[in-house]
Amino acid sequence: MKAILTLDNLASGLVTTIWTPIFVAIFLAIIAYAFWPRNKAAFDEAANLPLREE
Amino acid sequence: MSQPSISKSMTIGESGLAAVFAVTAFLCVIASAKALDAAFAFHAALSAAASVAAVFCIINRYFDRPAELAPAEINGRPNYNLGPVKFSSVMAMFWGIAGFLVGLIIASQLAWPALNFDLPWTSFGRLRPLHTSAVIFAFGGNVLIASSFYVVQRSCRVRLAGDLAPWFVVVGYNFFILIAGTGYLLGVTQSKEYAEPEWYADLWLTIVWVTYLLVFLGTIIKRKEPHIFVANWFYLAFIVTIAVLHLGNNPALPVSVFGSKSYIAWGGIQDAMFQWWYGHNAVGFFLTAGFLAIMYYFIPKRAERPVYSYRLSIIHFWSLIFLYIWAGPHHLHYTALPDWTQTLGMTFSIMLWMPSWGGMINGLMTLSGAWDKLRTDPVLRMLVVSVAFYGMSTFEGPMMSIKVVNSLSHYTDWTIGHVHSGALGWVGFVSFGALYCLVPWIWNRKGLYSLKLVNWHFWIATLGIVLYISAMWVSGILQGLMWRAYTSLGFLEYSFIETVEAMHPFYIIRAAGGALFLIGSLIMAYNLWMTVRVGEAEVQMPVALQPAE
Repeated sequence: MKAILTLDNLASGLVTTIWTPIFVAIFLAIIAYAFWPRNKAAFDEAANLPLREE
Repeated sequence: MSQPSISKSMTIGESGLAAVFAVTAFLCVIASAKALDAAFAFHAALSAAASVAAVFCIINRYFDRPAELAPAEINGRPNYNLGPVKFSSVMAMFWGIAGFLVGLIIASQLAWPALNFDLPWTSFGRLRPLHTSAVIFAFGGNVLIASSFYVVQRSCRVRLAGDLAPWFVVVGYNFFILIAGTGYLLGVTQSKEYAEPEWYADLWLTIVWVTYLLVFLGTIIKRKEPHIFVANWFYLAFIVTIAVLHLGNNPALPVSVFGSKSYIAWGGIQDAMFQWWYGHNAVGFFLTAGFLAIMYYFIPKRAERPVYSYRLSIIHFWSLIFLYIWAGPHHLHYTALPDWTQTLGMTFSIMLWMPSWGGMINGLMTLSGAWDKLRTDPVLRMLVVSVAFYGMSTFEGPMMSIKVVNSLSHYTDWTIGHVHSGALGWVGFVSFGALYCLVPWIWNRKGLYSLKLVNWHFWIATLGIVLYISAMWVSGILQGLMWRAYTSLGFLEYSFIETVEAMHPFYIIRAAGGALFLIGSLIMAYNLWMTVRVGEAEVQMPVALQPAE
């Protein structure tokens, strides 16, 4: 336990522990993006994309 | 139009690819001569012949084409590349019928074992992977490649990236299918479910698949439409994840470079976990994400209604991506896999209810304001019923992943019934619907040859699915209950052969269901053939009158 900053320690300790909050945070950010009121118009337009061709 | 000033020469792609194939042909001849087993010699010879044919096709195409390659735009409108889409659509129909037919044969073998003819090549063990690979990878894969190449062009309003590359993808992929399928019949397998092809077929698929990814990404990168439509997200997730799964599950060391046998790098339970991480995500990203892309493009298009909720589609996409990858361990309940891993797999499987049903609702509700079309348009009905089957099988799947349910259902026919409600009902019907839309579009026809025949196809195939899945539910639960029945003295009540005997009538019903599904697909093939042959051409406005974009 001398060297704290080895790749092994990082991989087994930090990274494997914090991926859960990281993924949760990313997912919450995606939900916020999807429901952000200002994005609504763009999404409504995108929903029509297959019908707008040609 | 003609520009005689440009002198004709081979592109780097043409000359390079022709040279690579020429060298490959030479190497394959050597491999064939030095082969350690007959199957490898056959595959090497087949690859040599295919490489020579590829060189011939590339050079022939060069002499046939004008000096300039096909332009990206004509009169300001994208010049869509539909050749590879047509090729894949035809192959999808061909492999579909072949795969359904082999399915019917092995279903009949289970009811009447004499039908295996006591020959190694026609035994259940070899024909079963032929069936699963033919329907999933050959039929489903060609539908996905055809539809993705069409959708990405249309929704990005740009011509497909690459000149030879899209052809390399569609032909190369079907050559992989040929190698895999003939290998199974000859007894070549690495015995991993849905990943049976041996090392050399795996290497070839890797090259083809990376090219597929590059063509798809290249098309998205040069898009004219600023927004990347949700269907393309699903297609991209499908392509990327299948690449990762394929590489993760197949690191194998061949016994000899001149033989078909190899050994996998993973051992024991790690191998099992890798296998089902692969296997379940093949379901999640091949049979789900890819076909959801079809749902998000073809249902709005056919119903002429926008996607019900684009917000929901974004959440649908990301929750599916985040959750599916963890669900694999539910295939290994009550095995040597650590208990916590099994429970983790079960938990994530149950969470998958949410995105699955969110997606189903989004697909169904896209018909808001167009429900009446279900009465008159059997193609739309097929697409919508496929989404209903998607909802049904994604309800059943998580339920079966619950350990106590799994203790009854696992290793029984219930699993087969579940898989087929997804495969026939969801993947099959959404593919049929997509092909019914796609064929008139890409061959420039006003519509299908006969909607009445689509109606016949729909009802015959639906009846077949109902017979199939209900027979397997009853058979599977019966089988599970018989296996775990004890007498009052604590002995097993039934011998194994008694359970087999009890399942016999259901196997006949299942085979009848499969036969109906096959008949439906034959009607479809005839209908599509006639659409291309005698269908009325879409009226083309003279180019000069076309309105500006």
